[in-house]
Amino acid sequence: MRADEEVTVTICPDGPLLVRGPAQLRTVDGTTVEHDRSVLALCRCGRSRLKPLCDGSHRLSRFRDPASAEQIDHVLADATPLPTDGADAA
Amino acid sequence: MTVDTAVAPSRAALLHDTPAPLPQPRGPLTTALLAALRRDPHRSLDLRHLAWEGEAAHACCDEDLQLALWLAYELHYRGLEGVDERWEWHPELLWARGRWEEQLVAGLELGVARPTEEVDVAGVVAGLTALAEADGEPSLSKHLMRSATAEQFREFLVHRSLYHLKEADPHSWAIPRLSGQVKGALVTIQADEYGGGVASAMHAQLFRALLADWGVATTYGAHLDQVPAVTLLATNVISLLGLHRRWRGALVGHLAAFEMSSSTPNARYARGHRRLGGGEAAARFFDEHVVADAVHEQIALHDLAAGLARVEPALAGDVVWGARCAAYVDTLFAQHVLGAWETGASSLRTVLEVAA
Repeated sequence: MRADEEVTVTICPDGPLLVRGPAQLRTVDGTTVEHDRSVLALCRCGRSRLKPLCDGSHRLSRFRDPASAEQIDHVLADATPLPTDGADAA
Repeated sequence: MTVDTAVAPSRAALLHDTPAPLPQPRGPLTTALLAALRRDPHRSLDLRHLAWEGEAAHACCDEDLQLALWLAYELHYRGLEGVDERWEWHPELLWARGRWEEQLVAGLELGVARPTEEVDVAGVVAGLTALAEADGEPSLSKHLMRSATAEQFREFLVHRSLYHLKEADPHSWAIPRLSGQVKGALVTIQADEYGGGVASAMHAQLFRALLADWGVATTYGAHLDQVPAVTLLATNVISLLGLHRRWRGALVGHLAAFEMSSSTPNARYARGHRRLGGGEAAARFFDEHVVADAVHEQIALHDLAAGLARVEPALAGDVVWGARCAAYVDTLFAQHVLGAWETGASSLRTVLEVAA
């Protein structure tokens, strides 16, 4: 992994966060955890037995989050859920 | 679990495969094929008699046809022991193989529906996700996790050795056929499969250590005579899709289905392995697949499969069909293995020798 690469976080629909690039993993006390994986999949559904990593459990638990640009943009700008057709998630 | 030094891989064995030993024939086709392969390919040979006379409905599970295909394909991988390497591109053999492939594809098409409507990028994502969420029955992985005997677990490894000792190789045929970001996605996955270039971390070598832990022979092709047609089918389908550029869409779909249906079963295999007293170091094969394939499934679905459909929309239907082929072959395999075990029989063709 090259240090000049940029770090990107891809939010996968119904799945994990994919972290690419030289991201440092730290615990809250500031300890850096070394790893040599080029891409990390971080659990987003809460069901993984290997947290913080994804173990594919989102599929069994049918975790649903569309992670569309519209949804992410709305949440970041308004801090409210994206209204859905018929029933507002709020 | 103790490891017998006779089957423990030496340092050199970890780094190099030798050509697969020639198997016993399984019918008239492989009898004739094996006789031909022992001869000089430059002697003018008419191989048009190397035909398979069965019906398409039996193509996927016919011992003679699947072994013939496996032998023809293996010439492109590690080769066959004592067989002249020029057979790989022998025009008459390629012509005969082409006929067998037509018969295999006809057999697959009877069991695997092609998408009835035009598929777009969203359709690829939806189709592959639906397939992965179908958590197929019968579940071989649940049986291995909860109740398989050590003997059954060992049989499972023997079946899988036909693929895992050359793990990732059949899908690598796609690399020169793709470009740009789609190629990048495939290479990201394959780099992990090949241990980032470190031989001992290659998945095929992790599998070899697992075989050794279970006292099973680890040499390439050692178990060819023991595995039935349905096991050979699993690798033959990938070779079929991989060796023909026109099937690149199906090959990509096949890999995506593979990666999307891997993490959970491998977590189950790992639990079965430990329940039966399997070694911790050997468990790395399963443990690594859980973590690596959780990453791969996202890259394979969104960057590789959907990515290919984006740049070559005409291939989208093939991507879905290739994924369905992977699921179909996996189901046939699970049905065979669990069916045999339910009756108290072995799922292999011959008795398995185990190191003491």
